[in-house]
Amino acid sequence: MPTIPLNTESSPEAVIELLFKLKVKDVMSTNIFTAKPQTTMRDIQNSMKKHYITGLPITEGDTLVGIVSMDDIINAFDKNTIDEACESHMTRNLIVLQESMPLSLAVSYFNKYKFGRFPVLNKKNKLTGIVTTTDVIAALLVAMNKEVERLEIEAQQAQDALQIEDEKQRKERSKILEKAKNLEAFPNRLIEFKTEPFNFETAGQASTEIKKMLRGMAVDKALARRIGIASYELEINQVVHSKGGMMRYYISPESIVIEAIDTGPGIPDVDAALTEGFSTASEQVRAFGFGAGMGLPNTKRVSDLFHINSKPGKNTTVRVQFNLSQEPETE
Amino acid sequence: MTLEEIAKRLKLKALYSDYENIFCTNAYCSDLLSDIMGNAKDESILISIQAHKNTVAVASLKDSPAIIICNNRPIGEDMIEACKDEGIALFVTGDNQFEVSAKLYACLHKALPS
Repeated sequence: MPTIPLNTESSPEAVIELLFKLKVKDVMSTNIFTAKPQTTMRDIQNSMKKHYITGLPITEGDTLVGIVSMDDIINAFDKNTIDEACESHMTRNLIVLQESMPLSLAVSYFNKYKFGRFPVLNKKNKLTGIVTTTDVIAALLVAMNKEVERLEIEAQQAQDALQIEDEKQRKERSKILEKAKNLEAFPNRLIEFKTEPFNFETAGQASTEIKKMLRGMAVDKALARRIGIASYELEINQVVHSKGGMMRYYISPESIVIEAIDTGPGIPDVDAALTEGFSTASEQVRAFGFGAGMGLPNTKRVSDLFHINSKPGKNTTVRVQFNLSQEPETE
Repeated sequence: MTLEEIAKRLKLKALYSDYENIFCTNAYCSDLLSDIMGNAKDESILISIQAHKNTVAVASLKDSPAIIICNNRPIGEDMIEACKDEGIALFVTGDNQFEVSAKLYACLHKALPS
């Protein structure tokens, strides 16, 4: 009989769980046919034939005393002891399973002892069932069905959750754009975006959103570009140099003011920082093309008013203003 | 010259096909993002080897019609998606920045300045 490939070391978690969660009593047949020690071998053979089984437990009351297998029957025919009582021909040295044993142990018994069936005893050592390989297959198939169904539902739920999150973010983004498009005049508005240190995934997002908004508000193209440059440089500065901060955009009919406030660490030498080509950016960040040392100079150059305030060891605030002209686009 | 014509002449590979075929008159070659922000003329094609999302943000802020990535630098899906979102064409070529700049200059100006 080939070995059952029981692998408890590198099987998937769900499979290992099944093999240990299922107990022998979940798997065994309880409708057992038995015989008494006085029953003849021939009667036992007939019983086997009638019930399509190849092994019969022999009991006294509900205590298991032996087992007669097909092998024993053939030997009895061979030695002509077929009409004798089974008690002198049955196997007394029995390998049995306990009700509470996990299925993995039962399978290892099938591998080790090469028997076709094992009687099952309860805690009081009474015979309560019998396990064959067919019983094991049936139980595993049922359990497998349930487990795979459960895993499929879990996977679908996880995917649904991701989609809902995606939808939510998309709705948030389009809400901002919608608001911008529906503006008729320039009412006073304040928009805020948080920046996270070294988060290059989201770096620049605030500026891109603001530029889209300005376009929607029919702001002069060249002006929108200048605002975009200032916003982007200030936003990237927060991501590259600060411990995190806030980008604030104040929009009024007369002007747009960008306020970049961070939570530290402050600029030791503001004059140096304003010098073109001077940068304190790290090597890692320069590899991305940042750290040209032109951020603040660029910002100052494109804005109508520029103000920077930094307390070394504390935080930095940059405020820039763009004056809005009410003339329509001439480009 | 239009982007499609440029792509054909310089044998550029487009990373997505339905880009807007804009008429271009200028280009800028740099790998320092702030340098592009400060010195590139608006609406210039960007020639760079910085193949990541932040280049797209800068291109968008300068209203660049296209980005050409040189030296066959690998380009991630997120950069391609960002370009699609912003409506900026994205090309890659095995030529280096000197070669691309020279060829593009010739296309756009037809002759070197005297």
